[in-house]
Amino acid sequence: MTNIDRSAADKPLALRLLSMVSPAQTGLAPFIAAIMLLAVILLTIFSPQIATHDPLAMDPLMRLKPPSEAHLLGTDGYGRDLFSRMILGGRISLLIGICAAVVALGLGVLIGLVAGYFRLADAIIMRAMDALMAMPSILIAIGLVALNGPSIGSVIMAITIPEVPRVVRLVRSVVLTAREEPYVEAAMALGSSTPKILFQHLLPNTMAPMIVQGTYIIASAILTEALLSFLGAGISTEIPTWGNIMAEGRQYFRINPGIILWPGLLLTICVLSINLIGDAARDALDPRMKKRQA
Amino acid sequence: MTHSKTLSMKAGLFASVFALAAGGALAETTVTAVMHSDLRVLDPVITTAHITRDHAYMIYDVLVAEDETGKIQPQMADVTASDDGLTYTFTLRDGLKFHDGAPVTGADVVASLQRWGKRDTGGQMIMDVTASLEAKDDKTVVWALSAPFGPFLETVGKQSALPPFIMPARIAQTPADQAIQEHIGSGPFKFVTEEFQPGVGATYVKNEEYVPRSEPASGYAGGKVVNVDKVRWLTMPDSQTAVNALQSGDIDLIESMPVDLIPLLEGDDTVAVEKRAAFGFQTMGRMNFKHPPFDNPKIRQAALLAMSQEPVLAALTASPEYYQVCGAIFGCGTRLESTTGTETLTAAGNPEAAKKLLEEAGYDGTPVVLMQPTEAPTLKAQPVVAAQQLRAAGFNVDMQPMDWQTLVTRRASMEAPANGGWNMFFTNWQMSEVANPVISVMLNGRGDTAWFGWPDDPKIEELRKEFIAAATPEAQKAAADKIQAHAMETVSYVPLGEYNFPQARRTVLTDMAPTPVPVFWGLKKSEE
Amino acid sequence: MLSYIFKRVLSVVPVLFLVSVFVFLMLRLTPGDPAAILAGDNATPETLQRIRDAMGLNEPLLTQYVKWIAGILRGDFGTSLISGVEVLDLVAKRVGPSISLAVLTIIIAVLVAIPMGVIAAWKHRSWVDYLVMSFSVLGFSVPVFLVGYVLLLVFSVKLGWLPPQGFKPLSAGIAPFLERAILPALTLASIYIALIARMTRAAMLDVLNEDYIRTARAKGVGERRILFVHALKNAAVPIATIVGAGFALLISGVVVTETIFNIPGIGRLTVDAVLARDYPVIQALILLTASVYVAINLLIDLSYSLFDPRIRY
Repeated sequence: MTNIDRSAADKPLALRLLSMVSPAQTGLAPFIAAIMLLAVILLTIFSPQIATHDPLAMDPLMRLKPPSEAHLLGTDGYGRDLFSRMILGGRISLLIGICAAVVALGLGVLIGLVAGYFRLADAIIMRAMDALMAMPSILIAIGLVALNGPSIGSVIMAITIPEVPRVVRLVRSVVLTAREEPYVEAAMALGSSTPKILFQHLLPNTMAPMIVQGTYIIASAILTEALLSFLGAGISTEIPTWGNIMAEGRQYFRINPGIILWPGLLLTICVLSINLIGDAARDALDPRMKKRQA
Repeated sequence: MTHSKTLSMKAGLFASVFALAAGGALAETTVTAVMHSDLRVLDPVITTAHITRDHAYMIYDVLVAEDETGKIQPQMADVTASDDGLTYTFTLRDGLKFHDGAPVTGADVVASLQRWGKRDTGGQMIMDVTASLEAKDDKTVVWALSAPFGPFLETVGKQSALPPFIMPARIAQTPADQAIQEHIGSGPFKFVTEEFQPGVGATYVKNEEYVPRSEPASGYAGGKVVNVDKVRWLTMPDSQTAVNALQSGDIDLIESMPVDLIPLLEGDDTVAVEKRAAFGFQTMGRMNFKHPPFDNPKIRQAALLAMSQEPVLAALTASPEYYQVCGAIFGCGTRLESTTGTETLTAAGNPEAAKKLLEEAGYDGTPVVLMQPTEAPTLKAQPVVAAQQLRAAGFNVDMQPMDWQTLVTRRASMEAPANGGWNMFFTNWQMSEVANPVISVMLNGRGDTAWFGWPDDPKIEELRKEFIAAATPEAQKAAADKIQAHAMETVSYVPLGEYNFPQARRTVLTDMAPTPVPVFWGLKKSEE
Repeated sequence: MLSYIFKRVLSVVPVLFLVSVFVFLMLRLTPGDPAAILAGDNATPETLQRIRDAMGLNEPLLTQYVKWIAGILRGDFGTSLISGVEVLDLVAKRVGPSISLAVLTIIIAVLVAIPMGVIAAWKHRSWVDYLVMSFSVLGFSVPVFLVGYVLLLVFSVKLGWLPPQGFKPLSAGIAPFLERAILPALTLASIYIALIARMTRAAMLDVLNEDYIRTARAKGVGERRILFVHALKNAAVPIATIVGAGFALLISGVVVTETIFNIPGIGRLTVDAVLARDYPVIQALILLTASVYVAINLLIDLSYSLFDPRIRY
């Protein structure tokens, strides 16, 4: 996956990315996915305008009401409007996904560059990454959240840490290939400073696989957030997310399955779209894979 | 719901075919129950957790116990008091044996009472006035006091939170802050140690050696006759799973049934949903007297004015059928009932007055750290609703979600809220645990040695002594009224009303005792 | 070959050592006081201090770590803070349900996913292929618990075909075991099927383009034999890898599935332990699952040479 075809790598990144949204190039799936994702994003961005109620306003005497004109999807266990909460919740869920991806990529790229470039650090870093990968990510995540308290920050951290080793491995392998390249060897021979080699020559090579990896991390982070909430180790329900709305709906599943199913549907659409776009991006950026899979 | 009926009819058919085939062989009867929480701690002296107390009622016996009218009756022992009320003599009845075969002796009783007296609030108060507590012989225990203690028998015979359970002396000699390692009592059930799995469940078998009293069972008193062979407690953290299991016949009883889920059982005549006992729980908010803003009594009063019981109760219990707005800290419909000082709580609250009072007190927006347990079904709703009410009155609320274990650890911290302390949390007590000023830990005003929140309130301590010394029921009531008025003026805590989660049982279970503490003697399970 | 095996086995040691350091630090450097949990409801500061001393919590971190590791090497994982039961005993009683669930899941997943992947590769770019691919992306995108609840609602609550919760060991008979294990296993398998089907398809596509397949076809070898014998054998390495790598996925799935279907396995034990801050139990569980993960991947690595004679080290 990381062996980037030279001819493809010569094309500017932006151009390759553009080609993937053109339906003629890649089939209909990514195109539809992009539209669905856009719809979900717009729904969450404009949630304050679209929402029919204050998503935080409680009315315990109006709890667990079925869908009606006043409450599009009914109300939850505190009498809050489910629809309004769901679209605001999507905003936080997406935000968590994006933050997790950015932090994981940032940390991963940095560690991966170091591991790939410095032989000495490599062995230690990679053993540490092996160790991190050996621990089931969900256990690390629930452990970290339970121990650090269920704030947005600690949930993002808990989701991020288990993702880092995969990014490190990816970056490291790209760097290992790239440092054999003539122009990198030349730069080394000419005595360019280490940071310059790292950031000017090696970093750009990691961009394409990082974009692909980033989309996958967003998707998996959104799912992990939902999972953490489900297990009782998520963000407080004062800040709605898809995860904690569903987690609260758990006990009412047979009374009002909509509390889980609607946010679940929206989440699935969102994650599905991101995954499809990730697949398309991977194919577009790595024609070798495309030949094989599409 | 029709499908589940056909299912259980089918199951019933199978059962009867099987019974015929087996020629009416003596099948073992096992009652499988999902209790309100998972049993983890097995030492009934070290924790006030209700599930641990329920476990203790299975395997231990008590000296004296409340009958269904609340009167103290002999159980393991007959008791006589001297005329001056200073000496109590307990005489153990015949036939009492521990599960390891050893007879119950006076020495066992003394060791058990002493360990209990180190942990229990009421026990500590009695120990303060104890001159001597010793076994005269194998059957007799004499307890001599240095000053009269009005509610002595009520305290020794109380049903909750830490009743004095009797265990062998060698086990009761474990220091009171270390958990006991052996679980041997003289009660009607035996604990099956090998089948105890925290997080999964616990098993009890009938104690064949147990000699019940001859009187009919009444409350926790009378003959504890066991009619089943085995009782299995299963843990199901998800109440919906429990409802599914009840309908499929996997379990016989859900001790604490979330009111929201009752509609799922409607129309299913193999299942009955009912209130266990007349009295349920009181839910309440507790403030930290040590740190701003609630170190200021005016701000505590403002918080009380800001709150209203009904929304809290509705979020907690769903249906008015299972909650009751009640401003009496000793419970509505009880002998000591008084509702002084709770007029706004039981109405819609008075945010305007609260705002004014806050201004008067010079509230500077110091954040109120509210601890919210996220996974405790009976405690997670209160802080959410209360936060909204406090905010409406102008409080700056910082609600911090955490799991219950963290809350329990954190509420013990006397630090400032910014350094890992807290300002307010919510808890529930069974009505019997707050029913009078001696038993209720919420009214302890002994500063650092009081319950979490640590009110330093010499006045309330004086009033409690007045209650202890009161000789007549009228004098006790008068003292209790003063305590209610004082507690609401200083806001010892904010009573948020009473609720009562019903139980759901399969109708094959009959003759269950209507006690607040779920007991498993007396009940019968019929063939389906 | 032998020296490769030896080296590969030895390489596991530093990884496990680092896991133990992570686990130890994660629990010791974060807030939360094991002594407070052990002491119960109304402990005095002196009691807390005494318990801390007894537990060795006042000693330097290094000493604590060495003592802890030394205990584990002797097979002593300590006792649960909450219930006082020995951790090893606690875990041992819970392993059975989880393992039988995991094995059933892998059997279902392999039986369903490999044919799916093979057929999708064979009918490349047909509607079958698209269907398989859509399913597999969907499998990654739905939260596991949603799958679990929907299965539960349909097969147990609405249709009443299967019991809604609980676990019966295999020793109670195959039918009672399957009756309770099938829904959780299907729930768990959903994501696993997606993963394996996807990988099988990709690997098969690779192999089907190889010369020897064309040769075999030219020689008139039957299509079924080509697919399931010639091609699949050569696609086995990546498939085996993904089955191993998927173990981590299985763990997170097990945690959720056991919660939904109330199965007394290690997944629920983990959640309970974390929420109750039962430090010795959490440590033991992470260490054990990490060891299993490392062992499985080691075995898969070693089995490569078996599947693919071209790989020699």
